[in-house]
Amino acid sequence: MPDAFYRTGSGRTVIRLDDVEKSLLRSLAAQVIEFVAPDDAGDARDPLAILVGIDDEARAPDDPALARLLPDAYQGDDDAAMDFRRFTERSLRETKTAHARTVGEVLERSGEKVTLSDQEQASWLGFLNDGRLAIGTRIGLTDDNHDEIAALPDEDPRAGLLDFYDWLTYLQESLVQLHLDDLS
Amino acid sequence: MSIAPAERTALSEETVTERPWVTIVWNDPINLMSYVTYVFMTYFKFDRAKAELLMLDVHEKGRATVSSGTREAMEIDVAAMHSYGLWATLQKDD
Repeated sequence: MPDAFYRTGSGRTVIRLDDVEKSLLRSLAAQVIEFVAPDDAGDARDPLAILVGIDDEARAPDDPALARLLPDAYQGDDDAAMDFRRFTERSLRETKTAHARTVGEVLERSGEKVTLSDQEQASWLGFLNDGRLAIGTRIGLTDDNHDEIAALPDEDPRAGLLDFYDWLTYLQESLVQLHLDDLS
Repeated sequence: MSIAPAERTALSEETVTERPWVTIVWNDPINLMSYVTYVFMTYFKFDRAKAELLMLDVHEKGRATVSSGTREAMEIDVAAMHSYGLWATLQKDD
């Protein structure tokens, strides 16, 4: 398989994506936004608290995938974990939403050849990771059950999601390698 | 002006007796080893050898201590790790 992301002679970071691939990524971006964007609908909360990023209604998520994207910062200290959440969760949700929005915007403006600025690359890395965290947690991926899930019959939705997950892994790995080469 | 030396003494005594806080990054089955290395190099400015050593600790021992300092500083580091999608917590050093 060719490298997904590559650098041009002038140092620009590029990936070639067909319409199906672009639409898969766009729909994942939309889902991530729906999943993590702060919920301000019918907001009756203190506007000043919102302005400074405090979320008095922050709760530890029940959904395991969301809990993995917005983890507790303290183990065995629920009060400290909740305080941390109140002061940081809104900004964490906004960061992840912004990454997904950036990916959507880049795909919107691009043809088959997708060129990324430095800042957009950071957003793509974060977004690919968030997408993999959400899907991997959903399908119950562990350190040693990848092949088991891959062997599930086609009608099992986990098998299709794993294909998508593996493709996202491939994309992320190729973009990370470019950055590791830059840093080393 | 006369208060300053006393303050400084108090601060250094506190620094000596107080156990520092640490940021711990935990293993998970999804984050790529290369990505964890990239995050350690990018955020903590570790060189590749140190970043890979810590990444291997996370992968093989299940966790690694990646930074230490005041509680406030560790809360900033943990929030940063969460924004990269790494699973991190802070605690008093044990």
